[in-house]
Amino acid sequence: MRAVDRRSLTGKGPRADRHVPLIVIGAGAAGVAAAVEAARSGVETLLIDEHPVDNDMMAMDVPLCFGQRMQPAIRNRALMLERVVETNPALASAHEAGVDVQLGTYVWGAFVGGPTVQELPSPMLGLADERRSWLVSYDRLIVAAGARDVLLGFAGWERAGTLGAGGAAALVTRYRALSARRLVVVGSGALGLHTAALALDHGIDVAGVVEVESRVRGDEATAKALAERGVPFFTGHTIREARGRVGEIESVVLAALDGDGRPIAGRDREIACDAVCLAVGLVPSVELLHLVGARLRFERALGGWVPQVDAWMRTSVPTVFAAGDCAGFHDAMLAAPEIAREQGRLAGLGAAVSLHALDRHEADRRRGHASPATPASADVFAYWQAWLRSLIEASGWDVNICQCEEVTRRELVQTRPPRYLGWDSPQMKARDLTTLLRDGPLNQDQIKRLTRAGMGPCQSRRCREQVGLLLAHAAETSIEQIPLPTFRPPVRPLPLNVLWPADEPNAMREDWVSWFGIPTQFSPHWEPGMVLDEPTAHARLIVSDE
Amino acid sequence: MTTRGAAVVIVGGGVTGLSAGWWLARDGVDVLVLEKGIVGWEASGRNGGGATHVYSPFGLEEQRLWPQMDALLGYPTEHQSFRIGVALSEAQLALARRWAEIGEARGFRWELLDRRQLKELVPIVGDNAIGGTYLHFGGHANPQRTVQAYAWALADLGGRILQHTTVTGLVQRGGRVSAVETTRGTLGADAVVVAAGPQTGLFADMLGVTLPLAPARVEMIATEPIPLMRVGGVAGNGLYGRQTLRGNLVYGGGPHEWINVPDMATPEHRNTPLVRNLARRLAELFPGAAHVRLIRAWSGLVENTPDGLPVVDRLVNPDNVVIATMSSVGFGLSPASGRAISELVQHGRCSFADLGALALSRFADTPDDWRERAGWVATHAEVELAAGGDD
Repeated sequence: MRAVDRRSLTGKGPRADRHVPLIVIGAGAAGVAAAVEAARSGVETLLIDEHPVDNDMMAMDVPLCFGQRMQPAIRNRALMLERVVETNPALASAHEAGVDVQLGTYVWGAFVGGPTVQELPSPMLGLADERRSWLVSYDRLIVAAGARDVLLGFAGWERAGTLGAGGAAALVTRYRALSARRLVVVGSGALGLHTAALALDHGIDVAGVVEVESRVRGDEATAKALAERGVPFFTGHTIREARGRVGEIESVVLAALDGDGRPIAGRDREIACDAVCLAVGLVPSVELLHLVGARLRFERALGGWVPQVDAWMRTSVPTVFAAGDCAGFHDAMLAAPEIAREQGRLAGLGAAVSLHALDRHEADRRRGHASPATPASADVFAYWQAWLRSLIEASGWDVNICQCEEVTRRELVQTRPPRYLGWDSPQMKARDLTTLLRDGPLNQDQIKRLTRAGMGPCQSRRCREQVGLLLAHAAETSIEQIPLPTFRPPVRPLPLNVLWPADEPNAMREDWVSWFGIPTQFSPHWEPGMVLDEPTAHARLIVSDE
Repeated sequence: MTTRGAAVVIVGGGVTGLSAGWWLARDGVDVLVLEKGIVGWEASGRNGGGATHVYSPFGLEEQRLWPQMDALLGYPTEHQSFRIGVALSEAQLALARRWAEIGEARGFRWELLDRRQLKELVPIVGDNAIGGTYLHFGGHANPQRTVQAYAWALADLGGRILQHTTVTGLVQRGGRVSAVETTRGTLGADAVVVAAGPQTGLFADMLGVTLPLAPARVEMIATEPIPLMRVGGVAGNGLYGRQTLRGNLVYGGGPHEWINVPDMATPEHRNTPLVRNLARRLAELFPGAAHVRLIRAWSGLVENTPDGLPVVDRLVNPDNVVIATMSSVGFGLSPASGRAISELVQHGRCSFADLGALALSRFADTPDDWRERAGWVATHAEVELAAGGDD
């Protein structure tokens, strides 16, 4: 007879609070289009979006880099909810199609079975708002989670006012609550020009567009139009430092670069501004795709790690689809939201077909000429590397690369233990990235363990890409040789008393032990037969939240 | 291949194998550690860091060595002394006292704490706590920093580590293992240590020796940093863990999932919604930190013998092999277990501890279906790959 280990997870697998045939994550162009197509095919669909994100989350630059430039109105949840609805007219079409739309809802976990996880009745998502968390299982999942800001540090970038293009755009268009009045935009590619135009359109001054390359990288006509509106362009420049009192950016110092990308002495200029907006690029938000085990590949032209998808945007995990920026971002997608929309439609149709709600022929007919987008050819990593090199030239090695853990570029490449350990030994001094490389290929997670870069509350959103770029630079290796640093749940930093379950099955509480509950495991070896049993009843526990 | 073998080849670059290699290298022995991935990447770097195992034959040596480890290794381990046990119920208090009394029996000091004393020491405990224990012994360290410290210290002494090298076979000749077969070729050895975690049993099989082991997955969580407490080693309410020197609360506990490890590959380290239950336990233990944000969770694979005790034994035939599994409690004991393994390899006996209770022979009569009898089995015998759909 087969016994059951009461202390194991057997029979205690998590129960979802709700089951939905299809969940779509992200109510941007791709997500809404996906949800609408699926719902029109008769699939019961739940569309989730985390906006409006609450103030505390924004203050940690999660999920985008908001740079502490939120107006106080952000704290008014009802008002913000109104605004994100009002500024996303496509949501109305989702409602009309019968989609269940949940805004202000974080997806913090994606849990799937596998060789080491069998006590899971169905794949499920961990969801949460500001007060509680819950679990929803699904048959199909469409991830349309968008893209994140790529940040590159400079001296003084810890000051309030260092924004990302994604964070700035969200504050301007979705929340209408950007508190910056005078921006310096970093990067003159499509994203930089787009950001500058957006700012001007919303009455925000653009004090300059800075470009490391010797000419404007984006569309010439667009740049010309911006120049005509009074935007100065500083090509062949980089940022030396952001200045200001009491932790706020009040000006930025630009350094002119020579033909070799080195600052020219005596050619610095200081520009008054209250925000620096990093608009060098966006990187696909693949954390949930990673958690469900979708195969990711590195594409220089698509912003890095992207899911492998088929003609219907289906990932290597048959239950999971990806669409929009998170499936690969390139500049053309900024001006042409129809690319993301088409991908979303494909994913919605593909999911409906795989759920047998839609006939393949009908899907083909509705698909029309829609196709997964043709990728652009620009190697954004070479561009980001050029920026990083210039920033190192201009601001040196003692700039924080990880703000949360206060790890500098130098400490990273020297694989220094954190400063608070106060550790000093000749052995440690002799170790650095070079010696580590003799032991094996570069692994960002290993460097993270040693230096703590990327281990803070922002969950490495502000440093993940620049750590990878700096490691590749210092080790003279190509960025794709570095394995994807892992993402771990919760992929949004949420309080214990939000994540905790309000209720637990009795078995979970009654049989809980700190370790395996093997009576002989912790028995004193000098007392044969003696057992140390852990109590399983917990008499005086605090109960529930509220 | 140009890689040469070594006097002692160690299969497995976890904390036990690394410590053994370091102790051997300290004695001037030519040692080579083979690791299929990165050193300390599995359970050795994914545990609570506890170093309070006075019930073990290695317990006294563990307590003696830890305070010296930073200096001996030359690299930081973040070792901190002393532990506080928090009890939320009489049953939990009885357990905490029992742990303390086991220490007392070995000559260590401890005190009972009432709620007021407990709250002075640990400001984030709440009124739900009824009391606790203060152990003037035990402690904890940072597992990730420590495994790297062992690896570096071993290399500083002339030992070698080959990462990303999987051992695929053991070559036997004349009652001895003469070489190990790896993905980088065959490497000669005068003696072999197998300390391969959940895979240790597979190597025992190759030698015709039965080592009953059941692997399982366990999970841990970490919060954002909070102000440092006077003693970071605080646990209770069915959780093990610590406050790190950075200030994060890092804890684990609760139900494990028995699994199968089909071959030398290690499956992905997945979490489950159990992280929510862990969050609840932690907020119950520290109501004053209930609002603190969880920023990470992870899982690890550990193996257990039927009685939960380690096997640290030198085989009779072949007679130049030491088998070591710490049965899911390896990190804290590693300074001592590594030293014991080093002595077994060199002298055939351990000078500082009686390893009788850890002998492999105790499982001579363990039936083949012991896992089924104990209920220590994976839910599905056949492993399904990934989250497959029906289509």
